[in-house]
Amino acid sequence: MGQTKGTRDHRVTLLVSTRKGLWLAQGDPARRSWRLTGPQFLGHIVNHCVADPRDGRVVLAAARTGHLGPTVFRSPDRGRTWQEAKQPPAFREGAGRVVDHTFWLTPGHASMPGVWYAGTSPQGLFRSDDGGATWRGVDGFNDHPQRKAWCGGDQDGTPDGPKLHSILVDPRDAQHMYIGMSGGGVFESSDGGADWRPLNRGVRADFLPDPDPEYGHDPHCVRLHPALPERLYQQNHCGIFRIDRPAQRWDEIGAAMPKSVGSIGFPMVLHPRDPDTLWVFPMDGSKVWPRVSPGGKPAVYRSVNGGRSWQRHAKGLPKRHAWLTVKRQAMTADAGDPVGVYFGTTSGEVWASRDEGRSWKCIAAHLPHIYAVETM
Amino acid sequence: MRVLIPNPLRSYTAEASEVAARGRTLDELATDLDRQYPGLRFRIIDEQGSIRPHIKFFVNRLQVRELAGPVSDDDEVMIVCALSGG
Repeated sequence: MGQTKGTRDHRVTLLVSTRKGLWLAQGDPARRSWRLTGPQFLGHIVNHCVADPRDGRVVLAAARTGHLGPTVFRSPDRGRTWQEAKQPPAFREGAGRVVDHTFWLTPGHASMPGVWYAGTSPQGLFRSDDGGATWRGVDGFNDHPQRKAWCGGDQDGTPDGPKLHSILVDPRDAQHMYIGMSGGGVFESSDGGADWRPLNRGVRADFLPDPDPEYGHDPHCVRLHPALPERLYQQNHCGIFRIDRPAQRWDEIGAAMPKSVGSIGFPMVLHPRDPDTLWVFPMDGSKVWPRVSPGGKPAVYRSVNGGRSWQRHAKGLPKRHAWLTVKRQAMTADAGDPVGVYFGTTSGEVWASRDEGRSWKCIAAHLPHIYAVETM
Repeated sequence: MRVLIPNPLRSYTAEASEVAARGRTLDELATDLDRQYPGLRFRIIDEQGSIRPHIKFFVNRLQVRELAGPVSDDDEVMIVCALSGG
């Protein structure tokens, strides 16, 4: 992707994964007009489609259909042609578990071209060393003696099943990784996935009898800042949190959100260069958890000081009767200056901001239920 | 034996609706199909060796629910993807 610093010129393609296929939205250099192409994999449930920033060409898509088992497709040419993985993520025969779907894809460390990680439902961690053609389980997690205790049962997961998501690789150290699990919490490895330990202290888990348990939490989306990798943020089932390692305890930063809006949501997006700037998309988490924009008035909230305060940004978004839901993988940012921010809704709309979230424009509508939006 | 391939799996068989395969059981038949059409087996049989939900096998028009079910060269095997979801 080309960028001219200090101007608005920045070519971006959005990878829009939906319950019924994959669409691409190509922006003009000004990110003003967008051209929608697709569908690809029409009828497939595409949970996540991610481009490899290391080569700028490879794209992986995690897909299944209502009838057929889960698989991964690989494109060597930015989504023009696709080939199915020879060996998709699957638990070891005899392990007693079955991958229902691959939910999350993460390219590996910059020093390890061809390495990818995948998170599945139910919670499993998988690795490919050949650019997504073949996958094997990360035994250090999948066979960890504590895994069952950490993950709980199917009833502890999301309505679509328990998920392993937010696979984060420390840009300073390929062996240092984090994962998020719904349910389970955040876990850390210092040895490339051979062993794991919980990292949840300070995160609320209002749905558990212990107010500060070691694990069992529900992080919806965890992000690590690429320019300040000791800093992580998470949008959790119980609020918004931040940690600056080597601290072992998360601080709640969602308390500064307006009480009438609350701090519940699914996605979270970080500014690619400024570790203090982030965006969330609050949703109604009251009573029976409607999971829609509070009051039917959608807004993005931005913090520019690491979560000490938040600003509401709703210019261009519907003012009322817009009961939008944005899933955890369906909000992202580009690397432009100013940063472009994007989100997709379960009602099939894609919204774009080319001014760091201050104003919004609907760039696609009438798509199927959107699961993920990523930039390429 | 003749194997009738449903629409969702024809991307594996170059759109052929009918192919030939060998085996003494449905399990062996699925393995032979995967040898000829790589990737096909995992879409219909999971990693623990169970037929996936919404997939059905009919041998000579009778449903067989176990992969250990016997088949022979003279049989006609139909793979069916039952509709699911909206």
